[in-house]
Amino acid sequence: MTTLLDRDAPAGTPDGDVPLPLKPGLTGPDRVFRAVLMLSGMSVLGVLVAIILYLVTNSWAALHQSGLRFIASDHWAPPGSFGILGDLGGSVMIAVLALVLALPVSVATALMINEYAPRQLRKTLVGIVDLLATVPSIVYGFWGLVALSTYINGPTKWLGDHAGFIPLLRSPQAGTYGNSIFLCGVVVAVMIIPIITSITREVMSQVPRETCEAALALGGTKWGMVTDVVLPFSRNGIVGGALLGLGRALGETMAVVIILSSAHVLTLSILGPAGLGSVAKLIADFFETSPPITRSALILAGLTLFATTLGVNLVARVIVGRAGKKAP
Amino acid sequence: MSSVVDTAAQSAAPDPATRIDRPHGRPVVDSGAALELVGSLLASVAAVWLVFTVAGLSAPFGLGLCSLIGFVVLYGVVEWRLHGILHAKDRLATLYVWLGAGIAFVPLAAIIIYVLVKGLPVLASHFPHFLTGDMSKAGPAEPVTAAGMSAAIVGTLEQVGLATLFSVPIAVFTATYLNEIRGWFSLVVRTVVDSMTGTPSIIAGLFIYLLWVYPRHTNGPSGFAASLALTIMMLPIVTRSAEEVLRIVPGSLREAALALGSPQWRMILRVVLPTARAGLVTAVILGIARAVGETAPVLFTAGGASKMNWDPFHGQQSDLPIQIYQLIFSPSVNGVREGWGGALVLVLLVLTLFVLARVVGSGRRSGSRSRRFAFVGRRQVDP
Repeated sequence: MTTLLDRDAPAGTPDGDVPLPLKPGLTGPDRVFRAVLMLSGMSVLGVLVAIILYLVTNSWAALHQSGLRFIASDHWAPPGSFGILGDLGGSVMIAVLALVLALPVSVATALMINEYAPRQLRKTLVGIVDLLATVPSIVYGFWGLVALSTYINGPTKWLGDHAGFIPLLRSPQAGTYGNSIFLCGVVVAVMIIPIITSITREVMSQVPRETCEAALALGGTKWGMVTDVVLPFSRNGIVGGALLGLGRALGETMAVVIILSSAHVLTLSILGPAGLGSVAKLIADFFETSPPITRSALILAGLTLFATTLGVNLVARVIVGRAGKKAP
Repeated sequence: MSSVVDTAAQSAAPDPATRIDRPHGRPVVDSGAALELVGSLLASVAAVWLVFTVAGLSAPFGLGLCSLIGFVVLYGVVEWRLHGILHAKDRLATLYVWLGAGIAFVPLAAIIIYVLVKGLPVLASHFPHFLTGDMSKAGPAEPVTAAGMSAAIVGTLEQVGLATLFSVPIAVFTATYLNEIRGWFSLVVRTVVDSMTGTPSIIAGLFIYLLWVYPRHTNGPSGFAASLALTIMMLPIVTRSAEEVLRIVPGSLREAALALGSPQWRMILRVVLPTARAGLVTAVILGIARAVGETAPVLFTAGGASKMNWDPFHGQQSDLPIQIYQLIFSPSVNGVREGWGGALVLVLLVLTLFVLARVVGSGRRSGSRSRRFAFVGRRQVDP
């Protein structure tokens, strides 16, 4: 290779074909171009820093007033007391509920598309799942409020009547069901199913085909192949996809704003109104009409939510990034 | 692997003298399988119905749930006794996969159908006017004919258009940076972009409110402010998918360009980006489709308006999500009907963008070779 780069080589061959001199390293325009690229990369970083900076400076007043009580108390009574535990707990409850409902269904759907459905249908099904991931959340919320609630309130009441001995399966307002954390959880679950399915399916499609076929050739059943080959290979991807869905569910705003009726109190009962709230709903409902100190508290609530989702997403991406690289 | 192999088949091997190496038989689906499935289902439903009737219970949901549980147990036992435990597990797993996929697709299909059923009559019966009129004459007491989505449609198009204009160049350059220039800083940027894809949409609205709207008092809310909030939502999403697209550009193309003496900036601008053009367009369209439906970021920033406002830089502006949001809580039946009409318009818009993205994206796979050759041809005439 040295001869190619050797600048002391004779310039020109007998037939007059002169090779261009190759300079190692970057040229001037290259440096400028790299700087431009780096600048745009920095601007994304800048946006994140700016968001955090603005949220922190604007929430200072509320933090100064409430201190640790802000996330230790569920007493939301502005402007005297800002305790968002009821709302933070609600956000977490909705997200966890949605994840618990969505994950088995998503894994089943991903398996169906990749392993069980006819090969010709696969592309269509993938397209449908991707399309459903882009349906606006306000449409999901509208549907949940108007359509799903009429179907789900009966079963919810049945659950409350017959399984009410479990604290979780009660209504905070005895006898009333609907507009509940539970309904929100179901709607958000429907929303994140396409997201988790999409990531899970993507990872599952990277499982080496020959290992799957080896399992089948040894006389294994299809389910044996799935549990011993497909799932161990894609475990990281599934966990990561689930966490990304969790992050999405934590920050979900409109569906919850439309459906939930909350009292901002910390309670385990999720089948009715007047219970847990949601941070995103809290901000959307009260921000525009509140005095400055309450706004400051709402911004602090937003900062808490932002930090939580950022953390969840960070962990998720690290795990997804590791998926596929490590064979079991 | 031993756990998946049918142990029954192994143990049933005859004595060594007459032993032939035979492949283990894979379970073959016979006509009895369907019988077992339907039989278990019918038996379970019948049994549960009998118990419910005798006990005087009447709960359709409870009946369904108990029947399902009974069916799964019965089916499992039947398969186990007839075909062995591995076969039973496999059948139950197949049941789980199909049931799970059914549970996933049913509500998703229900949403689309519901929006169509509720929205289509509104859109069809007031066809041109629903798209061309604005909401200035509409009110809770007015008939649906007074309503129109034009102000909202114009608002959405302008806000998303501006957001695209702001976010796409930065996103494509950032994606190029992440993909072409490795280093610790690009690792940091990628991590940041990754974690920002999940930014709660309300936070984006809150940030732009604090940054732009609040300092300007009554002049604050505008289409421009909304587009800034949407930019924050779009930027990480488009960057991520653009990076995925750039990653599949073959490295040999880059090496060829560099070997021909092209500097890196030329290689990227003339080889990498043109090769990935179709994929990049797909990434951008999907980002747009996401932004079109975002409600929370525009809630505080656009302000909403019933009158048509063509100017995104001055005065409050409406858009489709805000319009739907306002109509959902309308006290009148007509308002809610208009809301469904608006939801249909929004879904159709997203659907159009999605189909567009698919068409452009599939053009990439079939046309990539010819395009690459066309590019080579162009390079030859280039001085």
